[in-house]
Amino acid sequence: MDDFLAARLQMTVSFVFHIVFACIGMTMPWLMFIAELKWIRTGQKVYQDLAKAWAKGVAIFFAVGAVSGTVLSFELGLLWPKFMEHAGPIIGMPFSWEGTAFFMEAIALGVFLYGRNRVNKRIHLISGLVVGISGVISGIFVVAANAWMNSPSGFDWVNGQAINIDPVRAMFNEAWFQQALHMTIAAFASTSFAVAGIHAFMLLRYKENEFHRKAIGISLAIGAIAAILQPISGDISAKNVAKLQPAKLAAMESLFKTSRPASLVIGGIPNEKEEKVEYGIHIPNLLSFLAHGDFNAEVEGLDKTSKDNWPPVPIVHFAFQIMVMMGMLMMGTGILFLIFTFKWKEHLHKRWWLKMLVWLTPAGFIAVEAGWIVTEVGRQPWIIYGIMKTREAVTPMPGIQYPFYMITLIYLMLTFLVFWLMRRQILAIHINPQNSNIHD
Amino acid sequence: MTEFIIFVLGVAILLYVLLAGADFGAGIMELVTGKKGIDTISKAIAPVWEANHVWLILAVVIIFNGFPSVFTTLTIYLHIPLFIVLVGIIFRGTAFTFRYYDTVNGNYNKYYTLLFRISSLFTPFFLGVILGAIILGRIPANVNGTFYDVFIFPWLNLFTFTTGIFLTLLFGWLASVYLIGESSDHETYQTFMKKSRLFLIMLVISGLSIFLLAELYGLSLFRKFAHSALSIGCVVVATAVIPLIWRNIKRRNSLQARLLVGVQAACIVTGWFAVQFPVMIFIADGSQLTIWNSRAPEKTMFLLVIALIIGILLIFPAFAYLFKVFKFDSHNDETIN
Ligand code: HDD
Ligand code: HEM
Ligand code: HEM
Repeated sequence: MDDFLAARLQMTVSFVFHIVFACIGMTMPWLMFIAELKWIRTGQKVYQDLAKAWAKGVAIFFAVGAVSGTVLSFELGLLWPKFMEHAGPIIGMPFSWEGTAFFMEAIALGVFLYGRNRVNKRIHLISGLVVGISGVISGIFVVAANAWMNSPSGFDWVNGQAINIDPVRAMFNEAWFQQALHMTIAAFASTSFAVAGIHAFMLLRYKENEFHRKAIGISLAIGAIAAILQPISGDISAKNVAKLQPAKLAAMESLFKTSRPASLVIGGIPNEKEEKVEYGIHIPNLLSFLAHGDFNAEVEGLDKTSKDNWPPVPIVHFAFQIMVMMGMLMMGTGILFLIFTFKWKEHLHKRWWLKMLVWLTPAGFIAVEAGWIVTEVGRQPWIIYGIMKTREAVTPMPGIQYPFYMITLIYLMLTFLVFWLMRRQILAIHINPQNSNIHD
Repeated sequence: MTEFIIFVLGVAILLYVLLAGADFGAGIMELVTGKKGIDTISKAIAPVWEANHVWLILAVVIIFNGFPSVFTTLTIYLHIPLFIVLVGIIFRGTAFTFRYYDTVNGNYNKYYTLLFRISSLFTPFFLGVILGAIILGRIPANVNGTFYDVFIFPWLNLFTFTTGIFLTLLFGWLASVYLIGESSDHETYQTFMKKSRLFLIMLVISGLSIFLLAELYGLSLFRKFAHSALSIGCVVVATAVIPLIWRNIKRRNSLQARLLVGVQAACIVTGWFAVQFPVMIFIADGSQLTIWNSRAPEKTMFLLVIALIIGILLIFPAFAYLFKVFKFDSHNDETIN
């Protein structure tokens, strides 16, 4: 295998793996915090059981998140040394802040998971809050670093060297807010839907179980809000991408020719050779509106970019369609949930509703992966947009396919193990509900 | 400013050695004590390992932010041992957590345990190999050469292997002394003590071998150590505390023993820094990457200093609290709930 391809694939595998745990790491502390708070407020034991049961799963996810994140921080150098040499001083700042956030998170997590019987209730609760806040903050910092790759700023590029470096401007680049917002909401939406789906599955098996019912209540309340906000924030993202990275937007929409007005394409198979989309549904004028807020605006197509600087159009296009489809499904479900909760409560107990939640278990994570593929593959062939090509940044070491095979194998194994362990943990709740956590 | 950053980097490395090192050492201890210590060891590490692990991340971030060419030199030429360390970190962290949390005890625990122990052994070894390669000065100046010359020769030799063994033993020794304090019954105590003695003896032997081998490899470590008063002092103290530590272990003053062994490890790390300063990496053509010629531009360094100061103000109290709760408070689990 070509070393360059192997390096890209290794990066892909590592991120695709890490992001799942990152989302869980950002969201679960909040769910546990809410359960804990409800327990303290209402005194209903079921909430405490819930917080404990969740805590147990979370420890496993955190450990995997921490090690896979550590791997990533080395991989940035192991695979893209030339990139890190220039980017390190420019975007090191968010990473150094992120380091602090990780520390707070890891420390508070130690207290929250293992200190239930050692510290008083209030400190325990606060430690849960600290885990949640620092998780979200650390996510925002990394995403700001990534946004800089999409929208580089805070330096001048002269003869292949970065001068006049300003890390503050680099961090608050034009894309950071839109990406951080969209990512944070995505973490909440994806994890909450997955949690709700799992508990819905259990509820179908063990009918009218209070534990699972409360779990769905908490997680779906968060999930519904996030899922409704997500397309709004996605629209902000799309408008910014249209401005900052027109080639990426054109690839997302498979817009080969610059058009005024431009129509939105739903589905379809892009044909790069003949520069057209086959079988897609075209909605006139809508893309102009979505990209620029004006039904008659011009939208830049791929023809404005020379062909050797095109991202792989079909991948970006399909990934974008998948993300939006999942987003619509989740938003619809979120709206139904709110309607049912306030108006037709009895529907929340219907089998079809629970079955639908089960089906949507992976939806959020599929959207997250697809969204990152849009962002990262859509930036190609650039590693720093408009400044440095990915190919220039790759490590000179040959034989990268071997670490790639190993990392892939290890992560596949870990994925399998984590699934299997979670299954056992969840089933164990019903074998011995009182003793769901023997360690505390 | 640069000095301050280097100081924090040094502290982060030192704390990684003292804390995460002890966690690795705990795995090594399990390997040599067998079933006996398992419960003590798991209980001791679980609440703190993730926080201990973050010191490494801090060190990496400081290096790629503040000294980018050092980071890229290491990641290019020491790709292979670094990758092995990463694999070790993955296996160790996950195997430990899976074992601790897989309460539906099945037959699988023995696989996690095996993985946990083996990776606790080879990860510090390769970390030591990396340190050895940094000191030895065989890292090439560019990638012109055969695969062997550029990517293997710099780290594959007897000297780096000895530094690897030294670091592994150091971690084992640290853990054995820490764990003596955690053992609840007499029998475990005795076992830990025996192993502790074994680690100590081997540690001293491997430490001496490093110095002897260095001469063979034309790297007069003796002379370098003799040059700086700080490094001489460190060696003297590190050796002088040995009998003291031993006495405290015998008398079961576990707190004193822990503190002293911490001082000893701090001396070893500081001694190494004193010899190395201000060089970060010795290059094969005789040039050096120093903290001065590899540092990032002024503004980056300034912001890094600010981030570190704020980080320290937040982290240290929190860390102290974590350790207070789990390592120093008496284990009266019932009183609060
Ligand atoms: C639960 C997950 C999820 C859902 C339902 C959606 N997205 Fe998304 N999207 C992400 C999760 C995500 C992400 C994984 O979090 C990305 C990758 C990078 C980023 O900042 O967010 C992303 C990126 C991303 C980008 C690229 C941003 C960039 O490259 O800077 C755009 C234009 C959109 N999204 C737009 C949308 C729209 C219009 C949606 C309408 C339904 C939508 N997303 C739903
Ligand atoms: C969008 C991308 C990312 C997000 C949202 C994200 C978020 C997170 C979160 C919330 C955690 C803590 C939760 C947990 O441990 O499970 C975490 C862990 C970690 N991440 Fe990521 N991350 C992302 C990408 C990266 C990248 C690119 C790197 C490295 C360069 C990285 C490095 C780490 C490290 C080192 C840890 C472990 C910290 C610890 O021990 O607590 N992450 N990440
Ligand atoms: C966690 C969510 C992320 C996912 C799923 C993800 C996914 C990907 C994918 C699919 C690629 C390969 C693109 C290609 O070669 O076609 C890639 C490349 C890369 N990503 Fe990300 N990414 C994420 C976040 C980040 C963040 C936060 C950073 C940095 C701060 C980052 C830095 C890089 C780098 C340096 C490359 C290699 C160069 C390149 O292909 O442009 N990524 N990522």
